[in-house]
Amino acid sequence: MNAPAKLRIATASLAGCFGCHMSFLDIDERLLELIDLVEFDRTPLTDIKTCHPCDLGLIEGGVCNAENVHVLRTFRQNCKTLVAIGACAVNGGLPAQRNHLDLRDILETIYETEGGLARGTHIPNDPELPLPLNRVHPIHEIVKVDYFLPGCPPSADAIWKFLTDLIAGRTPTLGHGLLRYD
Amino acid sequence: MSEKTTFWLDGAEIPFTAGQTLLEAARRAGHYIPHLCWHPDYKPHGSCKLCTVKVDGRFVSACTTLAQAGAHVENRTAELDDMRRTLLQLLFVEGNHFCPSCEKSGQCLLQATAYELGMMSPHFDHFFPNRPVDASHPEVMLDFNRCILCSLCEQAAKRDGKFTFVMGGRGMRGRRVILNSESGRLADTDFSSTDHAAHVCPVGVILKKRVGFAVPYGQRRYDQAPVSLLDVAEAIK
Ligand code: SF4
Ligand code: SF4
Ligand code: FES
Repeated sequence: MNAPAKLRIATASLAGCFGCHMSFLDIDERLLELIDLVEFDRTPLTDIKTCHPCDLGLIEGGVCNAENVHVLRTFRQNCKTLVAIGACAVNGGLPAQRNHLDLRDILETIYETEGGLARGTHIPNDPELPLPLNRVHPIHEIVKVDYFLPGCPPSADAIWKFLTDLIAGRTPTLGHGLLRYD
Repeated sequence: MSEKTTFWLDGAEIPFTAGQTLLEAARRAGHYIPHLCWHPDYKPHGSCKLCTVKVDGRFVSACTTLAQAGAHVENRTAELDDMRRTLLQLLFVEGNHFCPSCEKSGQCLLQATAYELGMMSPHFDHFFPNRPVDASHPEVMLDFNRCILCSLCEQAAKRDGKFTFVMGGRGMRGRRVILNSESGRLADTDFSSTDHAAHVCPVGVILKKRVGFAVPYGQRRYDQAPVSLLDVAEAIK
């Protein structure tokens, strides 16, 4: 008999710091157990650049620019189950602390008036750069999200508990000590 | 026939003395009813509604309702906890609660209650309001991004005969804590860091300066045990 088909997982970091991905790697030798059950699609771990149809998508980071919107929508289209992982995906996190400020003011202050950058520096306008949004959004404000795993970052144990519950077909429950927002 | 002085809470028989509220009697008997704006040292304010229970089928606030002999009270039912979770989510999106950078994290009643009720996400769209931070006072700072309008600071100041903090304004965006000084700054009020108000805020608004991270995350009050256990332990001791 064939081994059961592996679950296909994609991951991405949007307006995040990669801390959630690092915490994911902190599951350490349990990665070997995981790799028996899953295979990776698009993720910074494989360097595959586009998301194909998957069982599970893990999104780190909120949405701060046009490219984030595009990547997030592609994940939603391709992933049967989409998970917001970490404080920034869940509520915007640290990047969202700019939300009560005017975007133009921020850019002008940093690049034009504050000083500290090389002379002649201006607000970057290279067409390759994705346009920033006026506000940073938690991902559930853009697409439907099936599960949330808060934490900054969620600990390796929280990620492990969450993934093993999900893979086993249970609703993930974290409980005291694993459910944290900090 | 003498009046029975017990009521039923989720099927458990709870003794009480005349004049005790449902919340007080339940706590004394070792049962946790979630609460935010209630504080054992102050008159119940009854504003957050986290303590809502059902008494013989009717919703009431457990912190303001007197215990009645023979009453049947529902508390930790799926229905009530779902509603409580929604109230918490509304509080989270109404302010700016970035726990990873909040000095109160791990000792915050709002956060601990959200953990207790398994709040995994804010669910609603965030308001991201623009609220002031006041660092004018040499020893204490105020970050109103996290205020849940519980009025405890107002009550605690009155206990010291002061009107440092006053609840004012109307409506969701207007309602706020007003500081009693012409400039509106804490440094220009009669506030002192030894006032009761300096220690009463259940969330991370009124914060003592320079001790923020003396105890690291992971070793704080609600890291040791969930609020449901600590709250009741405090009532019994
Ligand atoms: S006040 Fe409490 S809930 Fe709000 S940011 Fe601070 S720790 Fe989090
Ligand atoms: S500042 Fe703190 S104590 Fe005062 S109303 Fe706001 S949350 Fe309550
Ligand atoms: S604790 Fe009873 S209404 Fe707030």
